[in-house]
Amino acid sequence: MAFNRPDSNRRDHFTDAVFPSPFHARQNAHNQMRVWSRWSDYLSVPAYWCAEMEYFAGRNTCGVFDLTPMVKHRISGPDALPYMQRLMTRDVSKIKPGRVGYSVWCDDNGQVIDDGTIFHLEEGVYRICSQEHQIDWFLTNRLGFDVTVTEETHDVASLALQGPTSCAVLKDMGLGGIEQLTPFGMAWFDFEGTRLMVSRNGYTGDLGYELWIDPEHAEALWDRLFDAGEVRGIRAMGSDALDMLRIEAGFILAGQDFLPAMEAVRAGHTRSPFELGLAWLVHFDKGVFNGRAALLEEKEKGSRYRLVKLDIDGNKPARDSFVFTKDEKYAGTVTSAMWSPSAKASIALASLEMPHGEPGEELLVEIYYRRELKWNRVMAPARVVKDVFWDPPRRRQTPPADF
Amino acid sequence: MISDNSVIVVGGGHNGLVCAAYLAKAGRKVTVLEAGEQVGGLAATREFAPGFRASCAHLLYLLDAEISRELGLQSHGLEMASDGLRTIALAEDGQNLVIGSDNLDGAGLGDEDRAAWREYRRFMSKFAAVIGGLHNQVPPRIRQERGDLVALGKLALKIRMLGRDDMREFLRIAGINIYDVLQENFENPLLKGALSLDAVLGANSGPRSNNSVFTALHRMSGTGGHGTGAVALPIGGLGSVAEALAAAARQAGAEIRTGAAVERILTDGDRVGGVRLAGGEELAAATVVSNADPKTTILDLLGARHVEAGFAQRIVNFRARGNAAKLHLALDGLPEFRGVSAEQAGDRMVIAPTMEYVERAFNHSKYGEYSAQPVAEIIIPTVRDPGLAPAGKHVLSAVVQYAPRNLKQGWPEGKTAFTEVVMGLLARYAPAIREQTLAAELLTPEDIEREFRSAGGHWHHGELSLDQFLMLRPVPKAAQYRMPVEGLFLCGAGTHPGGGVMGSAGRNAARAVLAN
Amino acid sequence: MSRKYDAIVIGAGHNGLTNAAYLAKAGLKVLMVEKNEWIGGATVSLPMYKDWKYSNCSYVCSLLRPEVYRSLNLAKYGLQVVPYGGSVTISQTGDIIGNYVDPDVTRREVARHSPRDADAEVRYGRDIMRQCRFIRKFLLRTAPDPTSFKPRDLFEMLHLYKETMKLGEDVIYDTMRFYTMSISDFLDEYFESPLLKAAHAGSGIIGSALGVMSPGTAYVLLHHAMGDVDGNAGAWGFARGGMGAIAGAMHDCFTDHGGETVAGSPVHRIVVKNGRVTGVALENGDEYLADVVVSNMTFPRTFLECMDEKDLDAAFLKKVRNFKIRGSSGKLNIALDGLPDFPALRGNPELMHADMHLIDSIERLERAYDDWKNGIWSQDPYIDMLIPSLTDPTMTPPGKHFMSVFVQYVPPKVNGQDWTDEQVQAFGQTVINQIDEYAPGFKDLILHAEIRTPRELEDEVGLTEGNIFQGELTMDQLLFNRPIPGYHQYRGPVRGLWMCGSSTHPGGGVMSAPGANAAREILADLRKPNTVPEGWLDD
Repeated sequence: MAFNRPDSNRRDHFTDAVFPSPFHARQNAHNQMRVWSRWSDYLSVPAYWCAEMEYFAGRNTCGVFDLTPMVKHRISGPDALPYMQRLMTRDVSKIKPGRVGYSVWCDDNGQVIDDGTIFHLEEGVYRICSQEHQIDWFLTNRLGFDVTVTEETHDVASLALQGPTSCAVLKDMGLGGIEQLTPFGMAWFDFEGTRLMVSRNGYTGDLGYELWIDPEHAEALWDRLFDAGEVRGIRAMGSDALDMLRIEAGFILAGQDFLPAMEAVRAGHTRSPFELGLAWLVHFDKGVFNGRAALLEEKEKGSRYRLVKLDIDGNKPARDSFVFTKDEKYAGTVTSAMWSPSAKASIALASLEMPHGEPGEELLVEIYYRRELKWNRVMAPARVVKDVFWDPPRRRQTPPADF
Repeated sequence: MISDNSVIVVGGGHNGLVCAAYLAKAGRKVTVLEAGEQVGGLAATREFAPGFRASCAHLLYLLDAEISRELGLQSHGLEMASDGLRTIALAEDGQNLVIGSDNLDGAGLGDEDRAAWREYRRFMSKFAAVIGGLHNQVPPRIRQERGDLVALGKLALKIRMLGRDDMREFLRIAGINIYDVLQENFENPLLKGALSLDAVLGANSGPRSNNSVFTALHRMSGTGGHGTGAVALPIGGLGSVAEALAAAARQAGAEIRTGAAVERILTDGDRVGGVRLAGGEELAAATVVSNADPKTTILDLLGARHVEAGFAQRIVNFRARGNAAKLHLALDGLPEFRGVSAEQAGDRMVIAPTMEYVERAFNHSKYGEYSAQPVAEIIIPTVRDPGLAPAGKHVLSAVVQYAPRNLKQGWPEGKTAFTEVVMGLLARYAPAIREQTLAAELLTPEDIEREFRSAGGHWHHGELSLDQFLMLRPVPKAAQYRMPVEGLFLCGAGTHPGGGVMGSAGRNAARAVLAN
Repeated sequence: MSRKYDAIVIGAGHNGLTNAAYLAKAGLKVLMVEKNEWIGGATVSLPMYKDWKYSNCSYVCSLLRPEVYRSLNLAKYGLQVVPYGGSVTISQTGDIIGNYVDPDVTRREVARHSPRDADAEVRYGRDIMRQCRFIRKFLLRTAPDPTSFKPRDLFEMLHLYKETMKLGEDVIYDTMRFYTMSISDFLDEYFESPLLKAAHAGSGIIGSALGVMSPGTAYVLLHHAMGDVDGNAGAWGFARGGMGAIAGAMHDCFTDHGGETVAGSPVHRIVVKNGRVTGVALENGDEYLADVVVSNMTFPRTFLECMDEKDLDAAFLKKVRNFKIRGSSGKLNIALDGLPDFPALRGNPELMHADMHLIDSIERLERAYDDWKNGIWSQDPYIDMLIPSLTDPTMTPPGKHFMSVFVQYVPPKVNGQDWTDEQVQAFGQTVINQIDEYAPGFKDLILHAEIRTPRELEDEVGLTEGNIFQGELTMDQLLFNRPIPGYHQYRGPVRGLWMCGSSTHPGGGVMSAPGANAAREILADLRKPNTVPEGWLDD
């Protein structure tokens, strides 16, 4: 089906401020609430019928989320690896062909521009999947490297299939051997005359896959998934549910838990990988990369902030809250928060000023909440925890169980 | 095994030689690698026609007196044919003006202009001294660190020390254009034209371009001890400066290899490891100091991939588009410029009849065209230094503007036509010039880029303007000669305090190396 | 028999009115004198043709300081500023680059020209916003005298230093470069699309006698970007009822606080006796007394035309004469029988409401400037036009339209001679022909056109040489250099004489900051309670 693409170069593109995703017809059929939100160029669904129920699909059966609006770039050419090494903070050579890796990239000041997923599609060919548009920065980085950088956001349709029955659904759909795919692996399948790429990763901290296909086959993929998944509780899942899943898993979101460096007008509002708890993504021993000198200096002199996970007493979600020390001195602010239906706890990600945020530190979170139009305030005791709030063994099991 | 003591200097231009000399004096094991067959780069004296010699940079405005003394350049043979050339502002009808450092002569000059000239000289010299005071230092960074704050405080103090009225005037005019300042002070169009030329020579700007007051001050900021803005002519051309510097460097223990073109600056893990020459020879060194321009050094010799992307992009953004051509004529005899006496023929002559004329000449270059009516700075060095040509013959050396690096029609085609335009221009002032010309050489910015390996063919290795000066030259946070790759330094005109045969960049760089 | 006031403000432009209103609010007995029969100066709407209202000088509003708007209670006096949203640049080939209200639509629009530029806009917007936030801190403050050791100057210098250091090292360098670069070089560091660069570059020269390749024009761009409408930085709006509505509301506020106005006779002399100001004498022979006289006229007009030379010192007068106040723009105000048809904008009503620019490259812009340098109006002019009647129903009868056409470059004199009426008409034709190229049939819609060159601007509203900013916005005339060093704190060279026009810091545009700052200085000098608000903290 020919669909209306955001990159069509039509002079009258403004007549459609937002574009339908290749899955739009199917999303529309599931969208009981008839509410649409906007994700960059595309229409997106915040909740198809009930965010919480969709969330439970992701934790109990499986949920399908349309990932197409994610910005995708393809890096190829003889210098693809050295290019990636200079661009990314982590050692990209460790991501072998057919493997997936999470990474961040920084400016020269060691401040995070964005985070994303690197797919090593084949020797010398990478896909970078990110929240923010990056073509300017990626092309700026091309100087001195023999690589081609192309944006392919609109050329690839993708779905996340996340939850305990996801592997079984894919098996039932006919993807033979999918159960052998290890976490952060990729596999290719013939699918109705085209290639379907499946990677085992996700944004939910649970067993899950992402499916990548050309847009012309998007609807067929959706249909096959839902046919196969019907008996395994498959559900269309909106962005509200996904946000809950990712907070429980401790995943950060650009524009929410950190401000992309290219957008930061105010000095000191950006964060380094260290300040986001991503020191494990910084490899100083691989040669020059953007931000290296600044990050080395930060490592030596210390960071300004620390992103932590908070376990908060009581049952009030701590959205937008201030965080204080026990003696009520300012310590930082909450960046993401929710009542965790799986952990049965009020949980949060918070950016604290150093030296706060050592695991075990006792803090207070100032929560405002409303009951029948009356506002209340509580200073809820909280502590910094080390582990994420949801991390089931099935996330790593190979082969995974059927449920 | 790399000795920590070893230093390679890439390029034997005057700054490279100064740097080498100071490093060798400090006990470093220095090797200078010059691609050409002689040292000096743009300051080398070359034979452009059989028996006729000239140097591309042809006048000495700024050579630092302290460097000259410390390196004993005189004892190494440097001698001046003159250290106080006057400027003859040429008029087509021969009603020229003679501009000396303290006096002004010529037809049509009023008392007001003469008085204004004295006042102009006074305040411009004073302001130039503020700029000049910055030359011999590693530029401070603007951050909360003691050393930097002290240096910035000293600069502020120096400006305050100008006194209230001059300080106000300095703060008012330092960032604007020479057109307005000359308009405020003078009546005589020819005088204004000639003075405005000083502000735009070698620059990508016309008299009305802001920043041109700064360029004028920079030109006057030399600490050569000949008086501010004095123009000197060394015997043997500027190549003699380079030769004397080379001799001083050798005496201090530096090795100078000519015909050794560096093809690559090598890295060893995190740091610099040495260089590879064209032909494959590799030389190891813990420190590499590049006298090449910043773009060539970082983007070509080192390779952008060895630095962080933001830094590489800043280097790309460094503005280095040459806009001046160089003309060398081999002449059968002394040319006769209208109204110029034989004695005056040895001075500096300029063709810049009015500021508007200069501005119009500049207009073309904005659109990638050469000037239909160019401006020129002309000398006949052989009047005072006959050794540059066979007996009785003469050399004419002229800077001709504007000739943009990126000529729309392309220089291979444009060069012949532009040479004709320039000859036509000269003929209007010296009617017999064509007949006297035995050979002519015109170096366009493209030629300068190729021959002297300077990206953009810019004399100063990069535009000298306020946004590319002091701690902003070549780029912020790397203006302290030290490049982000450990052990790599810059020492050329692309660093503070910029071009002109001054030597300060070389010496400051040596300081930075030694402080490391 | 002359009447005595506490203060006389000369010139009922927006800065004069702002100043007078604050003085009146402080309880002073204030007289406003205005040469025209109407008030507003260049902030005016006039009925020039039938039922049409023309904003015939200034035409859009963004810079007006919200602090002034609020503290003078202009909403109460009927002012409404309505954003129009967006802008569009139309090229000769019929392509456009639209800046839509929606950022994603704009991104896709830019991406049609260059996907890379679409993304680079984020970085560009960030860097411009950093500069805006920095400069805004100084708009409602009096600039320090860097040569002074007075505590307040030292304090202000320290404030300047601290605010600068707060930017952080990188941004300080960016700021130094920004203030000294040409808009053309600056844009080259971000973008590759010629049309996009032209679209951005226009703001670097509006009102300025500089070309896009002249260093210093990046700052001029900032001067157009630092405003906002309702906190939407860089947004522009219309005053409902035309720009005169702003002056009208200010004047109502002034009157409400007991201010009096005498309109219709120009000032003949600012009277000085024994080295201090005693009042003003009007050309009609009326004299008014006051110990405080505030001039909202341009810097040169105040001292060269309205004062006796012997009351001033020669060195000062020389500096006044050297003040750069070069006219560079013209304006056409056109009554239209219907909406013009721009083929490039067919089916695009949003951009018809927007600020429309006719230009397509840096080179074309710069060549337009070359004509100005050569003493003639641009033969291929840069045009910035709007149809306010699409947004503001009060401007014209329904279905009819008013078009405001701002043109650059237009010299104050043609080849060194005063404009002749024929030349004014010829200039108008140049502009109309230019628009007709982009909107065939445009000419036939014209019911009436008012053509304004710098001559008309100077003659009518007294802007010397027709410079819309009351003086060039270059480094030598900014901050403590505006209008000239040593006289930048609103205080004139004669006791009791003050300046409050755009010739003073922070310069032109319908901003009201000079008027407000001058009022604060005057009240402090008179030891009266301050009525002028501080700048809002913008964190």
